[in-house]
Amino acid sequence: MPINVKTAGLSVTIQDLGRPGYYHLGIPMGGAMDRLALRAANLLVGNDEGAAALEAVFIGPELEFTEDALIAVTGGELPPKLDGETMETWTTIKVKSGQILTFDYLRSGARAYIAVSGGIDTAPALGSRSTYAIGALGGVEGRAIAPGDVLPIGASRGSIAEGTTLPKELRRTPGNPVELRVLPGLYWHRLTDAAGERFFSETWKVASEADRMGYRFQGGTPIEFVERKQPFGAGSDPSNITDSCYPYGSIQIPGGTEPIILHRDAVSGGGFFTIGAVISADMDLIGQLQPHTPTKFVKVNMHTALAARRERSALIEGIRDVIT
Amino acid sequence: MTTRFTFGGDEHIFVEISEEMSLEAFFKSLSITNAVRDTEIKGVTEICPANASFQIKFNPDLIHPDDLLTELKRIEQNADLSDAVLNTRIIEIPVFYQDPWTNETLMRFRERHQDPTVTDLEYSARINGYDTVESFIAAHAGSPWFVSMVGFVSGLPFLYQMVEREKQIQVPKYLSPRTDTPKLTVGYGGCFSCIYSVRGAGGYQMFGITPMPIFDPEQKTSYLKDFMVFFKPGDIVKWKPINREEYDQALAEVDAGTFEPRIREVVFSLDDFNKDIEGTNTKLEEILYAN
Repeated sequence: MPINVKTAGLSVTIQDLGRPGYYHLGIPMGGAMDRLALRAANLLVGNDEGAAALEAVFIGPELEFTEDALIAVTGGELPPKLDGETMETWTTIKVKSGQILTFDYLRSGARAYIAVSGGIDTAPALGSRSTYAIGALGGVEGRAIAPGDVLPIGASRGSIAEGTTLPKELRRTPGNPVELRVLPGLYWHRLTDAAGERFFSETWKVASEADRMGYRFQGGTPIEFVERKQPFGAGSDPSNITDSCYPYGSIQIPGGTEPIILHRDAVSGGGFFTIGAVISADMDLIGQLQPHTPTKFVKVNMHTALAARRERSALIEGIRDVIT
Repeated sequence: MTTRFTFGGDEHIFVEISEEMSLEAFFKSLSITNAVRDTEIKGVTEICPANASFQIKFNPDLIHPDDLLTELKRIEQNADLSDAVLNTRIIEIPVFYQDPWTNETLMRFRERHQDPTVTDLEYSARINGYDTVESFIAAHAGSPWFVSMVGFVSGLPFLYQMVEREKQIQVPKYLSPRTDTPKLTVGYGGCFSCIYSVRGAGGYQMFGITPMPIFDPEQKTSYLKDFMVFFKPGDIVKWKPINREEYDQALAEVDAGTFEPRIREVVFSLDDFNKDIEGTNTKLEEILYAN
C-alpha cells in the first residue's frame, strides 16, 4: 500500500545503492550520498541494506501512510514527527495507517534518509531505483518527489522491534572543521610544490554550489601551476586537459580557483585537471556538509586509504550486529 | 606517446595514453580497454575509455590496487595498433548554429567567459583566425568528426575533427563551468566538439543546437527504442547546418516519431586515413549521401 506525498520537502529523491555499469556512457552510479546512513535506515526497518529509501536535503517532506509500517530516519539530524509528536532519529518507529509523517527543522548534517519497511518500490531503471535527475532516470519519473505523488511500497519482510536504536558511536557524522582524506594523484604534478602544500594547509569552505553531482569549495589561495606548453586538444587554460575520465571523489580545480569534489551523480569525464580523490571511506561525509562548513583536506597514502576502508566496513558490520 | 598510470583514490586507476589528443592515442586506449574487458580481471567494476586515456574502477576489497596496476601495465605492454580498423557508422546531425537558446544562455553566463563582449562563436572564430562567424561555421561543418569518447553526462559524445592538425579548431573551456546548458547544445572545448545530451552544467563554448535527441531514458524516440544512448566511441558524424524553419520541421518530426537520422555503415582504417585524409573523408561523405 502506497505513501501519499502531501508536501515535497527539498530535493527529496528516491535512492538506493546506485546503478554501476554505465559510467562509460556518462550515466553515473548515483545512489545515496551517505551510504552508511542509508544502510542503517534500512536495517532499522528490516529491509535489505540496499533497498530504496527517501533522501531529503535540509527539509523533509510531509507523507501520509495508508498502511501500518516501520520507518527509520538516519543521516543528518532531521527529527521526524508523527501526527505532530516528535520521534527519535536512528530508531525503529511504528507508523499506523492514516498517520502523517512530517519533520522538524534540520539540526545538523545535510541529508536525511527515510526508510520504510518493504522499501520504496518504484520501477528500477538500468537496475536501480535511484533518482538521477539530470538524466531523468529512476525515482518518480526521473525527478524529485512532488505533492500528489503516490509512492508504492514493497512487501515487508523484517520484524524489527519498535524502539530499536543505533548507539551514537555507530553513527558517523562529520566533525567541525570536517576532515576529508585525499589521496593525491591524477594530475597532481600540474601543481607547484608550494600550491600542493597550501591546498592541504588551508581551510576551505563549502560553497553554495553543492549537490549530488559535486561539492564546490571556496576560500583557499588560487592554485599555481607548473608551467608547460598546453598539450594539443586540452585548451589554453593551465587547468585544462585533454578531456578524460573523472573518478568519483576526484577533486578538480577549474581555473585553479575553487576545488570541486565529484560525488555520486558525478559527470563521468571532462576537461579540467584533477589533483587526486577523496578516499572511499570519507565519501559519505561529504553529503552531510552544509554550505560554509570549514573543511580541511588531509593528505593520505594508499595504505591509509585501505585501512580507513576496512574501518568503515567494520563499522557497517557493527551496525548489522547491533540491529539484527 | 608515454603512458602514465595513476590512482584515483582507492577505487580507480587512471591511465593517460598521451597528454595530447590524437587518433593514435584513442585507438591505443580502445585496444587496451578491450583487452582489459576480455581479461575479466577480478574486482574490476567499470571500464571507461576516454579520448586519449581511460579509467578502471575496481573494488579494492577484491583486488589490491598494486596488483591491478601490475596487470594493467602488462596489458599495456602488449597493446598494439595493428587492429586500428573499425566497422562503424557515419551519421548526419543537423545543427542550428547561432540559435536563440544557446545565445540566451551564453549571455547569462558572460562573466565566466574569456571575452564577455562577444558571443562564444565570435570569440572562437577570432582566436582561430577566421574573419567571420560564417566562415568559421563552414569549417566546423565542413569535415567529418570522430566520436572519441562518450561520457560527461548521459550519452554525451566528444567529437574529434578529422582534418590535418594545423586545420583543427581549438578553443578554451569557460573560465568556470556554467551551471546551465540547453539540452542538445553543440559545444566546443579544447579540440573537441560535443553534443550536450541533457540540460545541465557545462564548460564548453556554445555554437548551436541540434533538434535530434541523442539520449532518451523513456526510449520513445524512434531510433532509441533499443537503447537509450545513441552514440558509441568510433561513430563518425557530419554536421549539417540548418535554419530555424528546418529546425522546427525536424523537431516536429522527432515529436511525431517520424524523424530518421541519416546513418550509413562504414569501415574506418586509421592507416588509410593518415595516408589520405581528404580522400578518406570524401569517401565517407559519398557513402553517407549515396542512396
